[in-house]
Amino acid sequence: MTSINLTSPQPEALNAAEDVQGRSLWQDALRRLLANRAALVSLIILVVVGLACFIAPSFLPWTYEQIDWDRMEANPPSLETGHYLGTDTLGRDLLARVLFGGQISLTVGILATFVALLIGVSVGAVAGFLGGRVDQALMRFVDFMYTVPLTFFVIILMVLFGRNFILMFLAIGCIEWLTMARIVRGQTLTLKNKEFIEAARAAGGSTFSIIARHIIPNVLGVVIVYVTLTIPQVILIESFLSFLGLGIQEPMTSWGMLISEGAAEMETTPRALLVPAGLMTLTLFCFNFLGDGLRDALDPKDR
Amino acid sequence: MLSFIARRVLIAIPTLWAIITVCFFLMRLAPGGPFDGDAPVPPEILANLRAAYNLDKPVMVQYVDYMANLARGDFGPSFKYKDFTVNELIAQGFPVSAQNGLSALILAIIIGIPCGILAALRQNSVADYTVMGFSMTGIVVPGFVMAPVLILIFSIGLKDTPFQLPAGTWEGGAFKHRILPVFCLSLLYIAYLARITRASMIEALRQNYVRTARAKGLPFHQVVVRHALKTAMIPVVTFLGPGIAFLLTGSMVIETIFQLPGIGRYFVQGALNRDYTLVMGVTILSASLIITMNIIVDVMYGILDPRVRHD
Repeated sequence: MTSINLTSPQPEALNAAEDVQGRSLWQDALRRLLANRAALVSLIILVVVGLACFIAPSFLPWTYEQIDWDRMEANPPSLETGHYLGTDTLGRDLLARVLFGGQISLTVGILATFVALLIGVSVGAVAGFLGGRVDQALMRFVDFMYTVPLTFFVIILMVLFGRNFILMFLAIGCIEWLTMARIVRGQTLTLKNKEFIEAARAAGGSTFSIIARHIIPNVLGVVIVYVTLTIPQVILIESFLSFLGLGIQEPMTSWGMLISEGAAEMETTPRALLVPAGLMTLTLFCFNFLGDGLRDALDPKDR
Repeated sequence: MLSFIARRVLIAIPTLWAIITVCFFLMRLAPGGPFDGDAPVPPEILANLRAAYNLDKPVMVQYVDYMANLARGDFGPSFKYKDFTVNELIAQGFPVSAQNGLSALILAIIIGIPCGILAALRQNSVADYTVMGFSMTGIVVPGFVMAPVLILIFSIGLKDTPFQLPAGTWEGGAFKHRILPVFCLSLLYIAYLARITRASMIEALRQNYVRTARAKGLPFHQVVVRHALKTAMIPVVTFLGPGIAFLLTGSMVIETIFQLPGIGRYFVQGALNRDYTLVMGVTILSASLIITMNIIVDVMYGILDPRVRHD
């Protein structure tokens, strides 16, 4: 309806065109996303959870590792003591711990996804764009990696080289890039014969600049969808490792570790289990709904 | 078909070899060893220990020794469970894991696939939304959240009622002690099976051959079972193949929570204790199972879908 008649540039038509706002692909996608109730609510919840985890701890009366020496056992929630959700069996504030744990889990989730994104997008774009032997070699490597039980390797790495935060997201990132590489390669294959790539080549663009300036921006839509679905997966792996005692170490904490601690004392204080488990589950649900919503918004032909 | 299987097995061997080799050298690269306890060990004793476990030789010699033993099916002695070889530990743990895994698998197939078919046949109905809602929950909520919550409900909440289920005890695998762990293990698989079956069933019901079968006047249930279900099972088989391998080799989380003496728990304990030979043994076992299942899945394709040809 808003198409502009380019063939006959009548003065009136031009004036009319100035009044009509053009709508880009991204604006279209945003409009579709905002119309999706589940995705919108998920996005809002995620923002709230994120803000709470990263900002709220500094406004709480207790920090995550501070022991309330006056109350060295599990305490019920109370406004007077400043333990709004009570304490764990060591007298540490549950709310502060859950929010700090969320900060660690979300950070690992985002950083590992970023690592996966870097590797996956570069491998996928290079393999798809160059084709031939390079493509063959890279994709055979991806196939090989798929057959390897990679969770075992992450555990082995964590055990061998110490359980630290940096190794953790690097290791998880290094196993999560495979699907990303396949998706980006597939998209690149369909893109590389399009006219605008030919034009870029005719204009003298180098392979690198074509990949960086033309291929990657055009696969961003798919990549964003996949990133939203990778973050919860990474949070799951991180929590799984921490739950088993193979991830984050004391005094740091994460949702997985809090769930593990909560499970140990659930007979007396079930909220020590239910609060971190509930918050993590809520976050995972929201990421999944948001990912589905983004997929519908960015790829309307898939609906 | 035979040459296809032969080719796949030939590719599988170097894959497995690469996994073992990477694993082996990672273990030897690591700072610190399995004998670094809390108390420092006198150097003479450490030297004897290292000699006893064949750790005093050059790494390449150790590697060749390990591979030679492996070829004979010998995973070597456990570093931490003294007096046990890794073979003995796996022989104890694997049946436990495999039994639970198989029970969970059967449960998942019995519940998941019919639910998926129901959801597909009644698309966008209340039944469909209920199945998909439960399926989404099963996929999103991880085992280490589901298991403690179920224990909280069935072992602690229902205490002293006839519905109380024991948790954290094994008692040689008595039926009552298996209910919760097997159910927790199967949840994820029920959820995925329902979702995958639904999607592929909807797709299959739209196909021309299904319309032809209906047009011939075949009863609807027969069309569903004989025609649609067969092709709809292809994605299910793809998922189940590696899934079976993971189920058989035990879930680390479920076995740790419920204290089951399976190999998943041995792996976690081995990893926490730096019991390198045990960790390697379980990794190699799992990797071989996964690779084998992947080959079986590819063979199954040809049987389920005549359009897929292996040549």
